[in-house]
Amino acid sequence: MANPLKCDVCEKPATVHLTQIVNNKVHKVDLCEECAQAKGVTDPSGFSLADLLLKASLNPETGASGVSCEQCGFTQNDFKKHGRFGCPACYDSFKGMLDPMLDNMHKGTAHTGKVPSRALERKSLYDRLNKLELNLNDAVKAENYEEAARCRDEINQVKQSVGQTHAR
Amino acid sequence: MTIASLIATPSELTDATSSKTAIVLMTRVRLARNLSGKSFPGWAEKAERAAVLGACREAVSAAPQMKRALSVSIDELTELERMILVERHLISRELSGSKGGAGVMISKDQAFSVMINEEDHLRIQVLRSGFQLKKAWNAINDLDSDLEERLDYAFSPTLGYLTACPTNLGTGMRASAMMHLPALVISNQMEKVVRAVNQLGMVVRGLFGEGSDASGSIFQISNQTTLGESEEEIIKRLGSVLDSIIEHEVNARAKLLEADSNKLFDKIGRAYGILQNSHLLSSSEAMNLLSLLRLGVDLHVFPDTARSLIDRLLIEAQPGHLQHVQKGEIEPTQRDLLRATRLRAEFANVGGPTFTINGQN
Ligand SMILES: [Zn+2]
Ligand SMILES: [Zn+2]
Repeated sequence: MANPLKCDVCEKPATVHLTQIVNNKVHKVDLCEECAQAKGVTDPSGFSLADLLLKASLNPETGASGVSCEQCGFTQNDFKKHGRFGCPACYDSFKGMLDPMLDNMHKGTAHTGKVPSRALERKSLYDRLNKLELNLNDAVKAENYEEAARCRDEINQVKQSVGQTHAR
Repeated sequence: MTIASLIATPSELTDATSSKTAIVLMTRVRLARNLSGKSFPGWAEKAERAAVLGACREAVSAAPQMKRALSVSIDELTELERMILVERHLISRELSGSKGGAGVMISKDQAFSVMINEEDHLRIQVLRSGFQLKKAWNAINDLDSDLEERLDYAFSPTLGYLTACPTNLGTGMRASAMMHLPALVISNQMEKVVRAVNQLGMVVRGLFGEGSDASGSIFQISNQTTLGESEEEIIKRLGSVLDSIIEHEVNARAKLLEADSNKLFDKIGRAYGILQNSHLLSSSEAMNLLSLLRLGVDLHVFPDTARSLIDRLLIEAQPGHLQHVQKGEIEPTQRDLLRATRLRAEFANVGGPTFTINGQN
């Protein structure tokens, strides 16, 4: 880093330098007088480092900033402005920027907690159903009636399972 | 249920009776969830927000926990009603200030609340009085699993639940406890505690008023990180941090009594006198006085039965609740008069203090 440290929030010269150890990782935050006041850093009752870390990790030259999310049109600059993403797909679109940020922000970079297994099961059934319906169309077009009948049977089976995941 | 009947029913957070858990007033666990394929509320168009609101309401109202729940849009609530919900921790300040397309659903017992189109599509939370982290996690986990049957959550196998802000990514869970720490404040140890707790990856906030103006000596301690650990691990780690804060508070109380019990009893006695006789009380002064009386109950200066009254007043002496009783908004100076009048009446029948050092009376 260049020597005259800039405030991580507003880029004025930083006069307050914080080092905290969170989850065995050293976090450094540099702030100007005003931002330190505004963020309550000088208060004994605590402040959230998370927001500061978020902004701090954004300053470096993280990838091209012309990228935008295909799903929702969000851009990297939008993220810098709001500190929030536009949609779930943004996590894929901005993966390059995200990874170093998460490392700085969290205990780990991989989820090890709860999994919405029923929702995932349902999703895989829907995906299967879509695929079968495409196959069915192809089979009908090709006048392959044996294959079409097989697809129909399987579609019915999958639909039944979908019904069951809902009824549970 | 209607908003009027909800407000008329006291918040359930006022029965932390056993003195072991008295230091922890309340436990809360909140999960952030979003629907896959939909823009987050802050970025979504109006129509999309409305569609998400509708879909979430339908899914939530089918959950057994939310039977006959209150379901309202934020814009159909008056400013005062919103304030009351914030003071009861049932909605966030952020949601209360939101414009169109935001809503909340609150269970009949006011234990569960589901905010819709806050920062995330869904913020589901459970409140429990006292120190009940595991129970709270189990309760919210059940509700979440039930909702998942009907809602397609945005989820990545590697990143977990996808949230509008990456600081909530992974479990999307924020577990917290509201703690009453008067002895640590009186003995100037709070700064040290905050620093230590921060280093363990937990966040401390003053509950009433930000920062150093934490009147009432009530603090909220919560996990800072959400990714890289399971929910159970976070709960366990937070639980042991809370245990150690409780221990420090208990030790600080013992030290204060040992060093100069008269000084501490003087504070408590004066607080009682002011609450019984004052005519003008600001919100923050009231919180501080109630806090001292609460400490008095823990030290057996006042009977145990006074605690639920004090805990109720910690909520009801706040501006929203106070003005609601008066059926309309009032000037701040009038509020101070009203607050003092109310507290005088409430404490008129609370018996005088009994000061004994060993706590037996
Ligand atoms: Zn600055
Ligand atoms: Zn997007």
